[in-house]
Amino acid sequence: MKNRLKNMSSYSKKSATAYSIVIIAFIIVSVLDSFGFITNSLYGQLVPICAYISLAVSLNLVVGISGELSLGHAGFMSIGAFSGVIVSTCLQHSIVAPIPRLLIAMAVGALIAAVAGVLIGIPVLRLRGDYLAIVTLAFGEIIRNILNCTYVGLDSAGIRFATSAEKLGLDPVSGKMILNGPMGATGVQKLSTFGVGILVVLFTLFVVQNLINSKQGRAIMAIRDNRIAAESVGLNVTNFKLTAFVTSAALAGMAGALFALNYSTIAPVKFNFNTSILILVFVVLGGMGNIVGSIISATVLVILPEALREFADYRMLMYAIVLILVMLATNNMQFRAMLDKAIERIKSAVGRGSKKEKQQAQTEGGMGNE
Amino acid sequence: MTFLTHFISGLSLGSVYAIIALGYTMVYGIAKMLNFAHGDVIMVGAYIAFCSTAYLNMPPWLAVIAAMLFCTCLGIIIERLAYKPLRDASSLAVLITAIGVSYFLQNAALIIWGSAPKVFTSVFDRIDNFRFFDGKLVVAPETLFTVLACILIMAVLSVFINFTKMGKSMRAVSEDNGAAQLMGINVNSTISMTFAIGSALAAVAGVLLCSSYPTIMPTTGAMPGIKAFTAAVFGGIGSIPGAMIGGILLGIIEIFARAYISTELSDAIVFGVLIIVLLVRPTGLLGKKISEKV
Repeated sequence: MKNRLKNMSSYSKKSATAYSIVIIAFIIVSVLDSFGFITNSLYGQLVPICAYISLAVSLNLVVGISGELSLGHAGFMSIGAFSGVIVSTCLQHSIVAPIPRLLIAMAVGALIAAVAGVLIGIPVLRLRGDYLAIVTLAFGEIIRNILNCTYVGLDSAGIRFATSAEKLGLDPVSGKMILNGPMGATGVQKLSTFGVGILVVLFTLFVVQNLINSKQGRAIMAIRDNRIAAESVGLNVTNFKLTAFVTSAALAGMAGALFALNYSTIAPVKFNFNTSILILVFVVLGGMGNIVGSIISATVLVILPEALREFADYRMLMYAIVLILVMLATNNMQFRAMLDKAIERIKSAVGRGSKKEKQQAQTEGGMGNE
Repeated sequence: MTFLTHFISGLSLGSVYAIIALGYTMVYGIAKMLNFAHGDVIMVGAYIAFCSTAYLNMPPWLAVIAAMLFCTCLGIIIERLAYKPLRDASSLAVLITAIGVSYFLQNAALIIWGSAPKVFTSVFDRIDNFRFFDGKLVVAPETLFTVLACILIMAVLSVFINFTKMGKSMRAVSEDNGAAQLMGINVNSTISMTFAIGSALAAVAGVLLCSSYPTIMPTTGAMPGIKAFTAAVFGGIGSIPGAMIGGILLGIIEIFARAYISTELSDAIVFGVLIIVLLVRPTGLLGKKISEKV
């Protein structure tokens, strides 16, 4: 066993770490749950955490691996979310079992988000840097704006699409409103479970890590590091960039469907610019191109506002301060040096005490470094 | 005549966008960072003006000056505490910090002023509507003064950038940071100055915006901030005349889309136009072409 671990490449080792973290987390949470240690508020967060982890990992593919700043990830998420809701409502009577229906909804969500990814990616990927960022932002806002005036209904005649509730002409008896413009979807059957959420995370990891570790992935990273050099050895820049972009969009669509089917009501405003930014924050804090980092930072940052609940009104303020301090601590050399010195001083002060205390200070110091 | 009315209100909204976009574009040109907290400085400026008139009974002109002073200090403090330590860090790290500052300002405003919208009394409420063409064309004083303020700011700023020593050093820093430092320009104070000017302009924009659309909430600045950022990119980010043109065009497009096409889809149309412009001219209307060296 030890030999096999040694022989593994650093990449497969990293992927193995990612899978094992997710599986171990699943086992721990399941065990804690069976003993009743999971509070209700945390339990409600489990599926969103899974969705956000796969969103962060998929965005990392674009931002970290492909090196393009995207500010419209929530747009793909919302496409997946609402197509997932529509599919699951339409199939309500033909497929009664919740899990297969959820899987179909997620697959359709991923597919439609992928189509949107191709349509958006082809024009967008011609641009570079901050211009690309602003166009992805613009697309995210356009998607939300269009969803705000999309009305979808289902009645005996089939599924109907319109731009206002009156134009829908829904049969008042058998008709069911699925999407109600800015109000979004209401009365959605909750299908998502933590188990499926973990499966989505594992699937996302599988896709992203295999892509990174493949010939395509190496080409994508080569383009990120030096576009001109990559082009000169005959790599088709647009195609490879598009591969990363569309894969990421499809995974975001899947995660969006999982996210939406966890709530009974969901409105387009949930997927605004702030959500895109939130996912980007997960990626940057976890480390660009670092998949394990994305998993950890998404989990911590979704739980953090809940954990700061005792600060009540001040909790989002605390969140902002923590965010700024972490960015300063990880990116500023002087701040880091100061922190290290402070830790040294604590260590030497505590060093006169017992050994046990010393060990504790070291672990605390280790945490402060993060 | 309705066309002219829409055109004038578009010009007025565009002027506000242009003033905000100036802050984005100057900071981008000099510090090479996207300052996402800029939109929230607008909101703070509007709240300060609101408080000075509603609680301290200041005359409107004094309230505007108070808001400008407060936002100038705020801008300098933000730059010193949050952005200066990250001068050598990656641009994404700075972007996330700017987002952190934006969250901080929004939530601080939420705690101080509450989430309920406040009704902002227009700073021009003592002036009557202007009537042209025998009363066929009615222009609110807010609209007219916003456009005038925009023109004045543009003129003063152009003179400042082109003919003063500070303006020269700002252009030098934006051209080449390192070379400017070698020439004896204090880069740090130049960057602080840029933030100060940008934030003071944001305060003016906040007052003008809330005079035309009279409610303030902690999230008031977010959407105009994004729109103005779009305007700055539209005109070519880093270019000051670009920010003016981009802002004004964006405002006019938005009002026309709202009036003639669809109210709900106006934002989608604005962003759609931006995308088309960027596809034709990838660095914006007046942006510099980036040549690649191999």
